[in-house]
Amino acid sequence: MKLLLSAGRVIDPVNKINEVLDVLIEDGKISKVAKNIKDKAAMLVDLKSKIIVPGLIDMHVHLREPGFEYKETISTGVRAAVLGGFASVACMPNTDPVMDNTAVVEYVISKGKKENLANVYPIASVSKNAKGEEISDIGMLLKSGVVALSDDAAPLMNAEIMRRAFEYTKQFNVSIITHCEDKNMTVDGVMNESFNSTVLGLRGMAPVAESIMVYRNISIANYMKALVHIAHVSCKESVEIIRWAKKQGMRVTCETAPHYFTLNDEAVKSYDTNTKMNPPLRSAEDVKAIIAGLKDGTIDCIASDHAPHGRIDKEVEYNYAAFGIVGLETMLPLTLTELVDKKILTLEQAVEKLSVMPAKILGLKKGSLSAGAAADITVLDLEKKYVIDVNKFASKSKNSPFNGRPVKGAAFMTIVGGEIKMQEGKLL
Amino acid sequence: MGLKRKHLIGLEDATTEEIETYLNTAESFKSVFDRKIKKVPALRGRTIVNLFFENSTRTRTSFELAAKRLSADVINFSVSTSSVAKGETLIDTAKTIEALESDMIVVRHSCSGVPLLLTKTLKSGIVNAGDGMHEHPTQGLLDLFTIREKKKKIKGLKIVMVGDIAHSRVARSNIYGMTKMGADLTLVAPPTLIPQDIERLGVKVDHDLRKAIKGADVVYMLRIQIERQKRNLFPSLREFSTLYGVDEEKLKLANIDALVMHPGPMNRGVEISSEVADSEQSVICEQVTNGIAVRMAVLYLLAGGETNEIATLSRQGN
Repeated sequence: MKLLLSAGRVIDPVNKINEVLDVLIEDGKISKVAKNIKDKAAMLVDLKSKIIVPGLIDMHVHLREPGFEYKETISTGVRAAVLGGFASVACMPNTDPVMDNTAVVEYVISKGKKENLANVYPIASVSKNAKGEEISDIGMLLKSGVVALSDDAAPLMNAEIMRRAFEYTKQFNVSIITHCEDKNMTVDGVMNESFNSTVLGLRGMAPVAESIMVYRNISIANYMKALVHIAHVSCKESVEIIRWAKKQGMRVTCETAPHYFTLNDEAVKSYDTNTKMNPPLRSAEDVKAIIAGLKDGTIDCIASDHAPHGRIDKEVEYNYAAFGIVGLETMLPLTLTELVDKKILTLEQAVEKLSVMPAKILGLKKGSLSAGAAADITVLDLEKKYVIDVNKFASKSKNSPFNGRPVKGAAFMTIVGGEIKMQEGKLL
Repeated sequence: MGLKRKHLIGLEDATTEEIETYLNTAESFKSVFDRKIKKVPALRGRTIVNLFFENSTRTRTSFELAAKRLSADVINFSVSTSSVAKGETLIDTAKTIEALESDMIVVRHSCSGVPLLLTKTLKSGIVNAGDGMHEHPTQGLLDLFTIREKKKKIKGLKIVMVGDIAHSRVARSNIYGMTKMGADLTLVAPPTLIPQDIERLGVKVDHDLRKAIKGADVVYMLRIQIERQKRNLFPSLREFSTLYGVDEEKLKLANIDALVMHPGPMNRGVEISSEVADSEQSVICEQVTNGIAVRMAVLYLLAGGETNEIATLSRQGN
């Protein structure tokens, strides 16, 4: 089966392409990217005035299965992914049981394959049962299909265990994705520590609890010559430390999430529990620093930290509410509206952060439209204006602070392995 | 004079006019206290529910008495945390309460933001009787009432507030109330008990009580919770009491007629010495009495009452 994507603007940063071209897909792979391709056997898709980019990859999502199927399942999660323009997602290990063994990894992979929508790549827990005491069977986990290790479920507080995890993992040339938070400093914290936490009477989480761990983890990883990726950077100090480390030639990559470049802790003033996430929404000054970090390349990728929660987790007192928001169906429009349309990032830079870099960090042969690569493609419609409506989400959960927000730009089509999975907001 | 709101969540968004209306109305109600029959028929037929998720005999009793003196029907509903643990959410509980056809709900909760959350879910008027570390507006109003009654004014008075500002809803409501009414307010505590950027609310911060208390017209102490010591917010009760406890010697540095205030319950010998608590300058017991008049005013005004109708109502009461 052949597919011919006709007359769209192709943006492929890896191959330095940014022009109106046709893309021919054959047997699930990119066959040719060129002008005026003629192929009568191919199904023609007219993409005039649309943008063709390598399939987007969200490298930080929580699909909740197994264990928390009332929040999200792999089935609903991959639907949300392709509707949001993502051909691939990497899912975090804080499931029940924790994804720290090959049985759970294989379960998640097989469930993902069965859905046959977005690619699902599991990230395993760096420590057994996410307890931060003993490291998991990392070698075997990698063999079963894991693309990275993470302590996202529970930050590794013990620096010696962090050191051993980096030291042991470097033989596999795989990243450890770290959630940077000194848990001793954030006990009972529910929002950023600031003037707003003072006024609201909510316990604060100081930005320094994040930045000191960013420094610690970069420092240990470099001492061990291992790969470290910093998850969801939220504050100015973290950006500055990562910028400094990169200047020193240290190996570190990092991501931020759309809420850290769109919202600040003023949003908490309504006590809306959809403003509660970890790390918390920071100050306006931090938002500026995140945007500057995205612009100058300090921040490599944008990931959603898609964290679905049910009503019983969120429609409660602010103190008791679960941390996190859904993001698969809002990340692309927010990036296009807040960064691309406002000329903070070029489209090429946005594609690097949403596809090229995540592929590189996870070691996936994706993120480009090179001939022979798997035909994972996202088609963007930069002109589409609409208002975010949580009730239209495919995700099982609706916990988003962006409900009702106007956006400009969205996914027009998501192609995975040469098959159109989503077109104009509909699953195919 | 009446009010345009049906909820009282905090003093943060109260205008000075509103605060004066509360205080003037409370004054009218207090004049009824000397009579033999202390009831007025202002809220006859209305149902007020005291919904308390956190134990508080003092505040609950004060609200109960205020509602009864207004001739309202009062139900006390205490929710222990155990029933929350059984799976019933806050919203479930609140809706159950409202199904009893309440007109007003007086709510106390250990979590900040709960009263505001209830205004979005329920039809009843909501009165905040203290939420987490956020606000305790009726305490703020009764403190203003007490100061105004004793000093005949609030504007220009030098007030020092001493103790655990960081965790105190009483402090926050008083900061809004006192600064809006024109007082010169200084907060005194170790830096560990001063929350971030509190100066932005128009107050001064000092860590030296002996210096700050000089020339004060009002010395307001807050209760220190012993548990805070375990979080290393201060080294020991002994050190806290030495540096920040108000005793006779430190009180002498204030104005000779300075009022001594405390929202209760006191830790005698910690933030306040017994001599100071029981001194001529202490108005701590009057704060409690004034609390009833102020809460009557709050319930009455939020229910749509007008200040100038109280005289007529009180004649009906007799």
